[in-house]
Amino acid sequence: MNLSILKSDKKNLNSFIAAGSALIFIGFIDIILSSFFSTNITAFLPNKISYLTPLLFGLFGLYLIRIEFSGNKLLDKVNTNFNSSNFNALLTLLVIFALIKYIPPLLNWFVFDANFAGNTKEDCTSGGACWVFVKVWLNRFVYGLYPDTEQWRINTAFLTLFLLVGASFFVPQKFKKYIIIFLLFVYPIIGLKLISGGDFGLKYVETGAWGGLSLTFIVSAFALILCFPIGTILALGRRSKLPAIRYTSIGFIELWRGVPLITVLFMSAVMFPMFLPDGTYVDKLIRVLIAITLFEAAYMAEVVRGGLQALPKGQYEAAKSLGMGYWKMHFLIILPQALKLVIPGIANTFLALVKDTPLIFVVGLLELAGMVNLAKTNPKWLGMAMEGYVFAGLVFWVICYVMSRYSQNLEKKLKTER
Amino acid sequence: MNLKNLKLNLSNKNKDLIPQILTVLFLILVVIYFTINAQSNMGNRGISFGFGFLSQESSFDITFSLIDYDGSHTYARAFLVGLLNTILVSAIGIFFATILGVTIGIARLSQNYLVAKSAEWYVEIFRNIPLILQIFFWYFAALRALPLTVDSINFYDISFLNVKGWYVPKFVWTNFSIFIYSIIFAFILIYFLSKYAQNQRDKFGKQIPTLYISILLIIGLPFLTFLIGGVSLSFEIPELTQLSKTVYVYRGGVSIIPELISLALALSMYTATFIAENVRAGILGVSKGQKEAAASIGLTKGQILKLVVMPQALRIIIPPTTNQYLNLTKNSSLAAAIAYPDIVLVFAGTALMQTGRAIEIISITMLTYLSLSLSISVFMNWYNKKMAIKEK
Repeated sequence: MNLSILKSDKKNLNSFIAAGSALIFIGFIDIILSSFFSTNITAFLPNKISYLTPLLFGLFGLYLIRIEFSGNKLLDKVNTNFNSSNFNALLTLLVIFALIKYIPPLLNWFVFDANFAGNTKEDCTSGGACWVFVKVWLNRFVYGLYPDTEQWRINTAFLTLFLLVGASFFVPQKFKKYIIIFLLFVYPIIGLKLISGGDFGLKYVETGAWGGLSLTFIVSAFALILCFPIGTILALGRRSKLPAIRYTSIGFIELWRGVPLITVLFMSAVMFPMFLPDGTYVDKLIRVLIAITLFEAAYMAEVVRGGLQALPKGQYEAAKSLGMGYWKMHFLIILPQALKLVIPGIANTFLALVKDTPLIFVVGLLELAGMVNLAKTNPKWLGMAMEGYVFAGLVFWVICYVMSRYSQNLEKKLKTER
Repeated sequence: MNLKNLKLNLSNKNKDLIPQILTVLFLILVVIYFTINAQSNMGNRGISFGFGFLSQESSFDITFSLIDYDGSHTYARAFLVGLLNTILVSAIGIFFATILGVTIGIARLSQNYLVAKSAEWYVEIFRNIPLILQIFFWYFAALRALPLTVDSINFYDISFLNVKGWYVPKFVWTNFSIFIYSIIFAFILIYFLSKYAQNQRDKFGKQIPTLYISILLIIGLPFLTFLIGGVSLSFEIPELTQLSKTVYVYRGGVSIIPELISLALALSMYTATFIAENVRAGILGVSKGQKEAAASIGLTKGQILKLVVMPQALRIIIPPTTNQYLNLTKNSSLAAAIAYPDIVLVFAGTALMQTGRAIEIISITMLTYLSLSLSISVFMNWYNKKMAIKEK
C-alpha cells in the first residue's frame, strides 16, 4: 500500500511530530473558527466534506505521531492514553471537539452572560441565566414559607446539630456515648419543638409553612434516625428461626420494597386517615414521616441483613459458648460488628432518602424542588424554570456527591482494615 | 430422667412459642382495629367497601392511551389504560437505559483517558441529582424551549419535533399477523437449529455457523412474506395543517407527547448510570487469569470475549441490573408529577378523586406494583439458579 511511505517510524521522529502536530493544530483552528467566528476556512470544499475536515486533519495528524517507544516521554504518554489506535484517536477528537463546541456556550449562559444584579425579572437583559431569580427567592428556597422573623429558630436548631456532631468527634471516648444517645433520642424532640414552637413563648408555626432545603434535611434526618432501629429489628426478624416472626418480617420488607414511594405517600395522605378513629387528625408532616420511615426501614433491613450475613459463623458460636442469650449475643457481639460493616450501605440508603424527599410534594409539602415549582409559576417570574431547576439540581448534586464520596472512601477504608 | 428431659424440651418450646404468638396476636389486633375504624369511617361517608365501582362509567378523559378509551368506558378500563401507559414508558426506559448504560459502562473502562473521564463524569452528575428534578428539568425547562408548531424542527421531512410533542410516521400494515407469525416461526426454527448445532458439536465436533443462519432466517422469513405472503407496509407521514390564521396542527402519523418524552429521557438517563456501574463491576470482576488462560489455549479475541469473559461477567451484571429495571418501573410512577397518565395519575389520582374509594384504589395500585416486582424477582431467582456455576 502506498500509505506505508507515511508509516511513522523513529528515524524521522521530529519531522513526523512536526507534521502531525501541524495537522492537529489546523484541525483545532478549523473547529474553533467555525464554531465561534463563523468563518469556514475550508469553504471551497463541498459542504459535507468541509464539515468533517477538522476530524480528518486531526485523525491524520494523530496517525502520524503514533510512534511506539519513541523515547519522547510526553509523546509516549499521549499515545498510550489518547491515541493507541485509529478508533481511540477518533474518540479523543470527538470528545475534544464536543467540549470546544458546547462548553463555552454553557459557561456563557452560566457565568459570563448571566445576570446577578437587580431585584426583578426585568433586570435580566443580557440573555444568559437570570440568577436574580434565585437571589430573590433564596430565602424561600431555604426556609420555605416559614415566617422571616422566626427563621433564627431553624438556624439555631441546625447550628446546634452541627456543633453536637462536630463535638462528638473531639470529646474523649467516655462522653462520646452520651452525646450520641443525646443526639439520637433527646435532640430530635428538642429540635422539633424549637422549630414548630407553641410553648415557651415561641410562636406556633404550622408544618404547612415549613419547606425548602431545611425541610429536606428535617425529613431525611428524622426518617434516617427512626428507620434505623426498625430496620435492624426487621433484619433480625428475617433471620430468626421462628417461622411466625420470620414470615412477618419477610412480608413487611417485601411489601414496602415492592411498591414505589409515591404510592406509599398517597397511602399516607388518603388511606391512612381512614384507618384511624373518626375525628383524629394526624399532622401532614407526621404522616409523611411515618410513611417514609416505614418505607426506608425495609431497605435498611436489607442493608443490615447483608452485614449480619457477612459475619463469620464463629462469632455466633463463640458468643453462644460463653452462655450468652439471643439479645445479649446480638447487642454485644453481632450487631456492633455487623453495623460497622454496613456503614457504607447505610450511607447509600441515606443518599437515596435525600434524593426521594422531593416526592413529598404529593401531599402538599414543598421542599427545595417543590419551592422551585411554586416560584416558577409566580406571575412576576414566569419563564425562570431553567434557572430554578439548575440551582436545585446543583444543591442536591453537591450534597449527594459529597456523601457518595464519603461512603466510597469509607468502603475502601473498611475493606483494607479487614 | 425422661420426665426431666421432656420438661426442658417443653420449656424450650414455650420460649419459642411465646414471641410468635405475641407477634401474630399483635398483627391480628392491628388488622381488627384498622378494619373497625375503616368501617365506621366509610359508614359515616355513606360508602361501603367493594369493587363494584370498577364496572361503573368513568366519565373522565385520558390524554394519551394505547387502547380505545373515552369517558364512557369503565373504571376498570381506565385502570388498564394507566397500566399500559406505565408498561409503555418502562419498556422504553429500560430499552434506552440498557443501551446507554452498557455503552457508558464500557467507556468507563476505556484506555482513552478522555473517554473514561467523560463517562465517569456522566455517571457522577446524573446519579447524584434526584430523578424527579431531572424529570422537571426536561419537561418544564428543556422541552418547553422547543419551537412552536409552525417552525418545528424537521427531520428529513418525515418527523417533526415541537413544543407539542414529537410527530413520527405511522406504520400502516396489511396482513400484519402473517408478518408476526413469520417472525415467531423464525425464532422457533432458530431454537431447533441451535439445539441441533450443539448436538452436532458435542457428538461429532462439527461446527455449524449458527449465527449466520439465524440472521438469515430472521431477516429472510419476514422478507419472504412481503414477496409472497401479501404483506405490505406503507407510512403515514404527519402533515402540517392550518386550522386558522395562527393555529397549526400536525395531522396523521403518531404523536409522542412531551410528557412521555421527558419521562423516558429522565428515567433512562438516570437508570443508565446505575447500569453502567453494574457493567463496569461485572467486567472488572472477571479475573485476568481467565482471559490469559483462554488466550493460552488458543482462543481468538472474539472467542475469549464470547465464551469466557461475557458468560462470567453477565453472571455478575444481570442480578443487579434486573433490580435496576425494577427500580425504573417503580420510578415511572413519578409520572404523576408531570401529568403523564400512568397508573398512579389515572387511577390513584383522578379515579380516586371521583369515587373517594381510597382503600380499594390504593390497594389495587399497590398490589399491581407488588405483583410486578414479585414476578420479576421470581424470574430473577430462577435465572440466578440457572446461571449459577454448577459445581461437580
